[in-house]
Amino acid sequence: MTIDYAGEVLQGSPRAVARVISWLENEDELARPCMESLYPHTGRAYVVGITGSPGTGKSTLTDKLTQHIRKKGLTVGIIAVDPSSPFTGGAVLGDRVRMSEIAQDPGVFIRSMATRGFLGGLSQAASKVVNVMDASGKDVILIETVGVGQDEVEVMRIADTTCLVMAPGLGDAIQSMKAGVMEIADIYVINKSDRQGADQLFVEVSHRVDQDVHIKGRNRNRSWIPSVVPTAAVNDIGITDVLDAILSHQDHLEQTGTLMEKRRERTRQQTLQMIHHEVFSLLRKHLSESGRMEQLVDAIMNHEQDPYSVVQQLLSEWIKVPEG
Amino acid sequence: MADKKIKIIVAKPGLDGHDRGAKLLSRIFAEAGMEVVYTGLRQTPEMIVEAALQEDADVVGLSSLSGVHSHFFPKVVELLKEKKLDDVLVVGGGIIPLEDIPELKKAGIAEIFGPGTPTPTIVDFITGNVRS
Repeated sequence: MTIDYAGEVLQGSPRAVARVISWLENEDELARPCMESLYPHTGRAYVVGITGSPGTGKSTLTDKLTQHIRKKGLTVGIIAVDPSSPFTGGAVLGDRVRMSEIAQDPGVFIRSMATRGFLGGLSQAASKVVNVMDASGKDVILIETVGVGQDEVEVMRIADTTCLVMAPGLGDAIQSMKAGVMEIADIYVINKSDRQGADQLFVEVSHRVDQDVHIKGRNRNRSWIPSVVPTAAVNDIGITDVLDAILSHQDHLEQTGTLMEKRRERTRQQTLQMIHHEVFSLLRKHLSESGRMEQLVDAIMNHEQDPYSVVQQLLSEWIKVPEG
Repeated sequence: MADKKIKIIVAKPGLDGHDRGAKLLSRIFAEAGMEVVYTGLRQTPEMIVEAALQEDADVVGLSSLSGVHSHFFPKVVELLKEKKLDDVLVVGGGIIPLEDIPELKKAGIAEIFGPGTPTPTIVDFITGNVRS
């Protein structure tokens, strides 16, 4: 008897959701037909990204935020990403430790994922996992990134609303002036606000937000002014303010029509990425299995050929651009 | 298809608060290339099984130092079966009297590793007995 995994996912079966996510992570060929059936049922969930440096309180905030969202009667899917070892490929995924209160709520599905070498703060499969949880009927999907540095901004390409979690003691005012992760927040969460330095951090980030308005102006695409919200997540302080800020941002995106624009851009990027991935995998497979890759590497190493013309040669052999 | 990783839940059922061993083993499993979901202290069997279900875990590793193994370990196996997760490998470790081991194995815990077990023995047992 074969199980209809797509059908089970649509019924909300956690076991089916869990298995399909594994297929996506492992790039198992069983995933594709399933994702084809699920796709028509996606696009309903609201996606919130939670990012920030290691130890700022992303998991704790995710846990508390989930409890508040549940009180509104909405169901929640959580994707919690932690880093894979570049040496062994293994990983310690520890985000569940902070989520024990919601671990048994049938309205919550938590999946820990390792980056498996993917850069940018997420894993390769994360955007597809969003689609699976969406199709399974989760109303809100929270994506918790790995602890990020300054430049890991992939989450903003998946999330409708991106929260950047910050904590005092990690740098002076210059840090809040920089490009990169500081730019992607729709909401700045100043966590651990009961600790020394939190007020100063709040002021610095608020200044940045004011400066952004001054520098970049306010046009249709920049009409949202990011909220700066102090929290002490571990004591459940300020969480309703974060949720209110998320809802305001959602409302803003819907009112201005930017939600659809955002999702259109996301669809474009994801489709291009899938094309890139599939074409590359196909080429790599054929070149490695036929032994031709090694011949090419030899020829390039011996300077008999240069890599630039090799690539052009391969393209002309493999890819035929239709006329018209 | 990319490499399939072994996914293991490391959990401490019951109330004992000593997780140095469980944390060390989590690192050893990661070093062996596994993806380890560390769930933390004071887990109920229901929480452990729910985590195994959502994470699509291949293995559940249970640690107990406080004498509650005879109650909690079989309970985890029983709940896994109830959720039709009967192909999940369950192993245990900690302070467990030798005379309790046959009963635990009969209840479906595949192996028990006591203090002093060389860690490669544990890793080899898991890689050799996990579902394919």
